[in-house]
Amino acid sequence: MSTRNRYEQELKAISDELIAMQRAVERAIDRAIEAFVTKDKTLAAGTAENDVEINRMERDIEQHCLKVLLMEHPVAGDFREITAALKMITDLERIGDQARDICEIVLQSGDGEYVKKPEHIPRMAKIVSGMVKDSVYSYVNRDLAVATSLDKHDDIVDNIFVEIKDEIVNIIRANKDNAEQAVYFLMIAKYLERIADHAVNIGEWVEYAITGSHH
Amino acid sequence: MTREDNTKNEKTQSDKKTNILSGLIKKKENSADVFKDGSVSVKNANLWYGDFQALKDVSLEIPDRKVTAFIGPSGCGKSTLLKCLNRMNDLIEGCRIEGRFEVGGTDIYKSADVNLLRKNVGMVFQKPNLFPMSIYDNICYGPRTHGIRKKSELDEIVERSLKEAAMWDEAKNRLSKSALGMSGGQQQRLCIARALAVRPKVLLLDEPTSALDPISTGKIEELTSELKKELTVIIVTHNMQQATRIADKTAFFLLGELIEYSDTEELFINPEDPRTERYITGKFG
Repeated sequence: MSTRNRYEQELKAISDELIAMQRAVERAIDRAIEAFVTKDKTLAAGTAENDVEINRMERDIEQHCLKVLLMEHPVAGDFREITAALKMITDLERIGDQARDICEIVLQSGDGEYVKKPEHIPRMAKIVSGMVKDSVYSYVNRDLAVATSLDKHDDIVDNIFVEIKDEIVNIIRANKDNAEQAVYFLMIAKYLERIADHAVNIGEWVEYAITGSHH
Repeated sequence: MTREDNTKNEKTQSDKKTNILSGLIKKKENSADVFKDGSVSVKNANLWYGDFQALKDVSLEIPDRKVTAFIGPSGCGKSTLLKCLNRMNDLIEGCRIEGRFEVGGTDIYKSADVNLLRKNVGMVFQKPNLFPMSIYDNICYGPRTHGIRKKSELDEIVERSLKEAAMWDEAKNRLSKSALGMSGGQQQRLCIARALAVRPKVLLLDEPTSALDPISTGKIEELTSELKKELTVIIVTHNMQQATRIADKTAFFLLGELIEYSDTEELFINPEDPRTERYITGKFG
């Protein structure tokens, strides 16, 4: 097998591992939000525990990338692809941490009914989860348009965050007894907003891998 | 004529030769500043071996006191261009050269004396080509040719050259031993020391480590980085990792054309030309 073929097989394997990590992260976000909406503490605990699996995936991909750097000495586009993958897994791992943080809020919160049925947060989570998926797929498919479009989705997420914040201020103003629940809402919204930022970071690394320039 | 007369006659002739030679040397040394520095400029270089065009309109500016690497597949013209820089192609039958080649601002095909040029532009080849003489005599060969006879001065040159080539400690106790008794890596570094003995402004290295083990290769690479404090180094290499390790600038050649020439980091991380990318990533060549 030629060096080039071996390299391409390694790169394909790294792409597959990245997709697996992205799916694990996406599942963690979806389950964390489901646990929040349904107040399912068992689901929250299980999802939080599963973060170690995401951390393990990060280490495995990191090792794989380092092995390719060592064995294949990639240059030019090949070098940028491996560098981007190494940076992307750090963002994916942080996204996993933030999904775990959401689960921990669910575990800390009381058993009583929500003062208002969560609407904005699930909507925000759906967009954020899609952004994470798009970011990794833009790497796998070398799709610059998708990678750079993440900025626009991030603006939508930021706007929803502002809406949530305004609503929470009103909830606290209406009844101070709801303050603790309102703070939890705000924290979850903030974690989702941060996840969107990580997806944008991933998109920027994809842009670097494809074009060689990085914002 | 008696044997004594013969000896006397030979001595007179030899003195005459020495006088003529030292006259020439003085003339040359007076013009030693003809190369103001180690910068190299090539403008619209074309070269033919018979009907075959080995260089096609190559132009590049190589900065003084930097390491520049020439890379590209076999037959791309990189060694041909290197040889042009100290006129090694002059004696090749059927070789025709066009364009302007300058070292330190001087047109080397018009104004410079070839011997003076080669004193200022040293060259080391793929295989060590030491003379079958002692380490000391190998290093003194160039300086002696240029008229240096004084033992103390030669001793100084030998020590300085070996130190600059990072092999004084290995060689100082065996200076009178044959240079050919050294290992391949040591012989190659001795070739560099020999080239340094005449204080060149440019050092051309044509695949200097291709036959060496990783330790000897590492020593030559380290040496190259030290040498650029004093002179310009131009290296032809097939080892792209070597170019990334030691070169400040890299030029990629393909089929006699200069395809891309830029800072090494830029060329290996974000090459402009797709042909450069395809070659350095191993997609062809």
